[in-house]
Amino acid sequence: MSSTEHIVSHLHRDDIASRMGMWLFLFTELLLFGGMFILYSVYRYNNPDAFHLAAKELDTIIGTFNTAILLTSSLTMALSIAAIQRNNKSLSIFFQLMTVVLALGFMINKYFEWGVKFHYGIYPGSEKLLSKPTGEILFYGLYYVMTGLHGLHVLIGIGLILLMTYYTAKDIITYDNYMKLESAGLYWHLVDIIWIFLFPLFYLIT
Amino acid sequence: MNNNNTHISYLDYQGKHKGILGWLTSTDHKRIGILYLISLTIFLIVGIIFGLLMRLELLTPGKTIMDAQTYNSIFTLHGVIMIFLFVVPGLPAVFGNFFLPILIGAKDVAFPKWNLTSWYLYVIGGLLAILAILLPGGPSDTGWTFYIPYSVRTTTNVMFALFAAFILGFSSILTGLNFVTTVHRMRAPGMTWFKMPLSVWSFYATAWMQVLATPIVGITLLLVAIERFFKVGLFDPALGGDPVLYQHLFWIYSHPAVYIMILPAMGVVSEIIPVFARRTIFGYNFIAMSSIAIAFFGSLVWAHHMFTAGMSDTSQFIFSLLTMIVAVPSAIKVFNWVATLYKGSIDLQVPLLYVLAFIFQFTIGGLTGVMQGVLSIDIHVHDTSFVVAHFHYVMFGGTGFGFFAALHYWFPKMFGRMYNIKLAMRTFWGIFIGFNILYFPMFIMGWLGMPRRYYDYLPEYQIYHVISTLGSWILVPSVFLMFGYLVYFALKGKKVTEKNYWGGETLEWQIETPPIHENFEEIPIIKEKPYEYKSNDLVTQFSEAK
Repeated sequence: MSSTEHIVSHLHRDDIASRMGMWLFLFTELLLFGGMFILYSVYRYNNPDAFHLAAKELDTIIGTFNTAILLTSSLTMALSIAAIQRNNKSLSIFFQLMTVVLALGFMINKYFEWGVKFHYGIYPGSEKLLSKPTGEILFYGLYYVMTGLHGLHVLIGIGLILLMTYYTAKDIITYDNYMKLESAGLYWHLVDIIWIFLFPLFYLIT
Repeated sequence: MNNNNTHISYLDYQGKHKGILGWLTSTDHKRIGILYLISLTIFLIVGIIFGLLMRLELLTPGKTIMDAQTYNSIFTLHGVIMIFLFVVPGLPAVFGNFFLPILIGAKDVAFPKWNLTSWYLYVIGGLLAILAILLPGGPSDTGWTFYIPYSVRTTTNVMFALFAAFILGFSSILTGLNFVTTVHRMRAPGMTWFKMPLSVWSFYATAWMQVLATPIVGITLLLVAIERFFKVGLFDPALGGDPVLYQHLFWIYSHPAVYIMILPAMGVVSEIIPVFARRTIFGYNFIAMSSIAIAFFGSLVWAHHMFTAGMSDTSQFIFSLLTMIVAVPSAIKVFNWVATLYKGSIDLQVPLLYVLAFIFQFTIGGLTGVMQGVLSIDIHVHDTSFVVAHFHYVMFGGTGFGFFAALHYWFPKMFGRMYNIKLAMRTFWGIFIGFNILYFPMFIMGWLGMPRRYYDYLPEYQIYHVISTLGSWILVPSVFLMFGYLVYFALKGKKVTEKNYWGGETLEWQIETPPIHENFEEIPIIKEKPYEYKSNDLVTQFSEAK
C-alpha cells in the first residue's frame, strides 16, 4: 500500500506550487528584514553624522572579502542545481559541499570581525560603547542585530544545504525531482541578497 | 482495502496509525481543522474565564476579588490568548482548513505536511503562553501590545509571551502561504476566479495579509526580546532609540491583523446569507473585490492607533482619511448582504440568526470605528473603554458571532450529526442579549471618560460597570452552554446522512456527509457561479404559487 501511496503523491507533485510556496516564504523573510531596514533608515536620517563616523570604524576589506565569498557561494549553489539537472549526482554534491565550505568561511570571518570589536570593548551594553554619542550606539546596535540575524540565517542555510546533500546522496533529490534543492537554493540566494544590502549600508556608506 | 479506504468518512478513516495517534499525525485538512477547533475552543474558554474575572473585579470600585498586579496580568493574558490564540487563527485555521479545499473542489491543501506543522506550532505557542502563568516571576503584565519601555523593564515573564506570539505568528504564516498557493494551484477545472465561493475570496485575502504582515510583528517582538537580553537600545531614548517607532512597527502588523480577524467572518456571512434567503448573492463581484480592497487599505492605516502618541499633522490627516476609506468596502459588504435578504424567502435558522446579529453588531462596531478615525473624537475617546467596546463589537460581535454562525452552519457536514435546533435558538438569544448588555455600557462610560485597563474607578461609573458585569453573567453561561451542547450533539446527536442539509449550492453540500477521506470521488467540473438558486425547485414552486 505504501508503494501505491508513493505513486499517488508522485503524480500529485506540483513543482509550480512548491516554488510559489517558497517564494511566499521568501517574501516573509524580506519583510522580517524590512522591519530592520525601516529602523536603519529612520535612525540614519536622525543621526547622519554619527552613522558616518561609526561606519568608518568597520573593516571594509573584511566586508568586501565576505561579500565575494557569499557571491561565490551563490554561484556554486546554482551550479549544483545545474549539475543535478544534467543528472550528474557527484558533481552536484561537490558543489553543495563547496557552498557549505564557503558559508563556513563567511562565518569564520564574521567571528574574527566581531571578536576584534569585542576585544576593543565595542558591544551592546559595554561601557566604552555607552560613552559614545547615541547615534553611534544605535549604529552598532543595528550592526550587531542585523548582521547577527543574517548570520543566523547563514547557519540555518548551512544546515539546510547539508540536508539537501544527504537527500541527493540518498537519491531523494534526482534529475527529474530536484524541487527541494531548488528551494534551498532560493533560500540561499535570499541570504546572499540580504547581505548585498547590509554590506553597503554598514561598510560602504561613510 | 485501498479502495474501501477512500470511500469511508474522514472520521473513520484508518491511515498508518490508529486512534488518537491517527489524528495527531494526520495531514488530512479536515482532521487538522478539527484539531484546531478543539484546541482553539480550549483556549477560548480560558480567555473567557479571564474576561469574566476582570468583569467581576470591576463590579465595585477598589479591590473586589484581586489586587492590581493580578488584574494587570489577567487583562494581558485575556488579550494575548484571545488575539493570538483565538481570533487571529480562528476561522481560517478551523473552517478555512476544513472547507477551503472542498469549496474549490480540491482533495487537500497544497502543503499538507506544513499544515500539520502549523498546528503543532500553534500548540507549542499556546503552551508557552500558559506556562508563563505557572512559572516564578508571574505572568506578563504589559497588555497584549507589549508597549516599550514598560515591556523591557517589567520583571514578569514577558519573554514567554513574546516567544509564544512569535511562534504563533510562524504558524499563521504557514497557514497563509498554504492557502494562497492552494487557491492559485488547486481549483477544480472550470472554477475561474469569479466562480469561487465568496468565503474563498475572503480566506484568500486574509492569507495574503497573514503572509505579508506577520513577519513585521515577528521581528518587532524579537527586537523587544533582544532589548531585554542585550540592552541594545534600539527603542530606548537614553541610548538614542525611539519608543514611538516600536508602536509603528507593532501596528504595521497588528492593524492588518484586525482585518485578518474580521475578513474570514465576512466570508462566512456571505456564504450563509444566500443559503437561508434562497437567493443568488447580490453583488458577487463587489463583495469579492471589497475583500481585496479591505486587505489593501487595511494595511495602510496602522498609525490611527497612535494619534495621541506624537505624529506630524500631515501624517495624522493621511491616516485619518485612509481609516475612513476602509469603511467604504466594509459598507459595500453590509449593503450587499442586506440587499440579498431583501425579497428573499428567508428561512430563519440558527446560522442565519448569528449572521443577522453579526450584521447588527458589526455595523455598530464599524461606525464607532469611523468615529475614532476622526482626529478630534479620537483624542477624546483614546484609551477609554469606548475603544474597548468598539473592538469587542467588531471582534466578538463580528468575528466571534461569525465563528458561532459557521459552527452551526457546517456542523451537520463536519460531524454527520445534528444539534437540537430549539436549544440552539434559545442559547443564541442568551448570547446575543448577554453580549449587548456586557459591551454597550462600555460605550457610554468610555464617552464619559472611564479609562481602559484601569483597576480602580470613580464611583460615578459604577452603575455602568454593574450593568456590564451583569451582562457577563448572561453571556458566559450561554457560551458555555453552546459549547456544551455542540460537543454533546457532535457525539450523540441525531445522525445526518443526506448530502445537502441546508439546501446550499456550494460544493461542500454536493459531497458525502461527513466528507470522505479525499473529499471527492471525482474532481468536479465547475460550470456556473456559486449561489445559483434559479433552478432550485422549492423557490420555483414558491414563486409560482404566489
